[in-house]
Amino acid sequence: MKISAFHLMPYRDLPADFEQRYESVWVTPPWWELADARRVGQYYNWTLDELTYAAKCGFDGVCTNEHHQNAYGFMPSPNLMGSVLARATNGSNVAIVQMGATLPTSNPPLRVAEEYAMLDCISGGRLVAGLPLGSPMDVNLCYGITPMEHRERYREAVELTLKAWQAREIFSWNGRYFQLATVNLWPRPIQQPHPPVWIPGSGSISTFDFAVEHDVCYCFLSYSGAKSAKTMMDGYWRVVEQKGRDLNPYRAGFLQLVVVAENDARAEEKYARHVEYFYHKCLHVPGMWFSPPGNQDYRSLVATLSNPVRRAENPKNLRYRDFVEKGFVIAGSPATVRDRLKEEVIKSLRVGNLMVLLQIGSMPHELALENIELFGREVLPGLRGVWEDEGWENRWWPERLRQRATPMTAGVAAGGA
Amino acid sequence: MSVRADAPPATGYQERTVTVWQGRVRMRVLSKGRGPALVFFHGPWGLTWDPFLDRLAESFTVHAPEHPGTTPDAHDDVYHLDGLWDLVLCYDELLEALGIRQAAFVGHSFGGMVACEVAAAYPERARRLAMIAPLGFWRDPDRIVNWMMLEPGVLRAHIFRDPDGEAARRMFPRAEAQDAATTDARVRLMWAMGTTGKFIWPIPDKGLKKRIHRVKAPTLLVWGREDRLVPAVYAEEFTRRLPNARVELVSDGGHAPHLEQTETIAATIRDFLNQ
Repeated sequence: MKISAFHLMPYRDLPADFEQRYESVWVTPPWWELADARRVGQYYNWTLDELTYAAKCGFDGVCTNEHHQNAYGFMPSPNLMGSVLARATNGSNVAIVQMGATLPTSNPPLRVAEEYAMLDCISGGRLVAGLPLGSPMDVNLCYGITPMEHRERYREAVELTLKAWQAREIFSWNGRYFQLATVNLWPRPIQQPHPPVWIPGSGSISTFDFAVEHDVCYCFLSYSGAKSAKTMMDGYWRVVEQKGRDLNPYRAGFLQLVVVAENDARAEEKYARHVEYFYHKCLHVPGMWFSPPGNQDYRSLVATLSNPVRRAENPKNLRYRDFVEKGFVIAGSPATVRDRLKEEVIKSLRVGNLMVLLQIGSMPHELALENIELFGREVLPGLRGVWEDEGWENRWWPERLRQRATPMTAGVAAGGA
Repeated sequence: MSVRADAPPATGYQERTVTVWQGRVRMRVLSKGRGPALVFFHGPWGLTWDPFLDRLAESFTVHAPEHPGTTPDAHDDVYHLDGLWDLVLCYDELLEALGIRQAAFVGHSFGGMVACEVAAAYPERARRLAMIAPLGFWRDPDRIVNWMMLEPGVLRAHIFRDPDGEAARRMFPRAEAQDAATTDARVRLMWAMGTTGKFIWPIPDKGLKKRIHRVKAPTLLVWGREDRLVPAVYAEEFTRRLPNARVELVSDGGHAPHLEQTETIAATIRDFLNQ
């Protein structure tokens, strides 16, 4: 089992009536009314400290991701953050999991291939190369990419990236969206033939196919917990089987929100308002923005409109206890959290690469460190061996880190913040 | 290019599918009427044969092609076109296949922009040009709402003066219904917006300002004074570039005045085209 700490880097001080006053947390939240650059500088540094601390607390990887024009999670350049983390964790066995730089918004997408190669070189071959499609808000609304061209651009960019990392000869790329007469990447990644690729998704069938055909790790990034992901992930594993791949659990990744405390009651006291802040404010986006016309291909559009999954519950109507009960958040004592993660998430969805979100919404720095420390000390060790008896190899993890190694600085984990 | 003609259906228009673009793009064309040729370019919400087209068909032979991708069973054909240039060439091939050397062009919204682009690329093809609330320009102080991102109820109110009227009900499926026909209508509407949006995202100014001077046809612009999608001030962008253009403002008209004030607008356009 590999367990990584994920971070969104949200704005932690939105006003209490944010979701009543503003249209959306994404695309249109007014910077000058809501934000302060000095405070944001503090957030970025806290984020880096929290992830570096997770590395010291025994997590296997640290994850950053790309989003634009929002207060939900604003690392417009995950690779800037990743390079700090790569440098700060040198000498350790922590993977730099970029979840990641968005190909369709990078022009030419070779920029991502280059920066990932840089990160792999700086980290000594510890990069996991996430290749996300990017959300419609980021790609279509903020970066102006035509919805109908979004997936085509992405697929072309993935092929270009994989070839640019591996080609022995200089080549030309005469594509539909990108034309490059002389591709000769400097640098190339340390990992051969290329760093492990993870493709994050939100359950679209065409992404399952794409991930399985390319033999990469598919990561379901969900905020609705494992119960609602079950049908989706079962569908993924059916595709894996149909296409003749093995059922290696490391083919799947999953993101789960987690809060840990001394006991279940203390967890509610400490974390309830931060969890509610996340679901009520950080996910405040008009529904239409998730699916601009043309973003889904015709087949998927017909499927979606013909079988409207019973409208997912509006999280604004839910409170902390609902989120915990439904598994959107796994919360409580270390034992509660460990058992729920093991049964509901890891085993039920067959996940080998688990990502946990431990800084949630408005959660302040010190509390985030507590959550990270407690998870690293009391929960993580009990999950690490879950798949070991089945003997699978995590082919989607940097090769030199596949064997379990000791944390970066022994003893720090127990020492608290 | 090939043309497949079907028997005229009971509604009175003839239906045929024209294949262009090296056999890759199929466009269905609905035709009806008698008199000189008129080509109607529909808007971002797909083609519906409506009373406005019936009125025009009393004086003209109306040909209404479906934008690539909106023809049933040819949804993916739109992926063969990379941009506006390809689309304009497709229309040239379509007119060629229909045997139309020259025609009156009428277009609504997105279709108005396409009609104008075709008239600029092939000035001899457009005898006269009538555009109802066409896209094609952008002014920062008069931003055009991105209708593709509006909730259906809000979108209705942006297109129509009366969002509950008959014209609105013809275009929009009932919000609460879940039957198969309603689902089809929803798919159709979304896909029409996606396939037309492909050519104008994220700002519907794709360089018409560089090409519009080539238009030779006398031009009429019909614009609702109360247009909430493309404000009537955009008429100036056309008139200051086209010496032979005039504007007909429709009081109490929205973004689809020809669907809400059919008799008046059809008569205005007919009179202009007959001059």
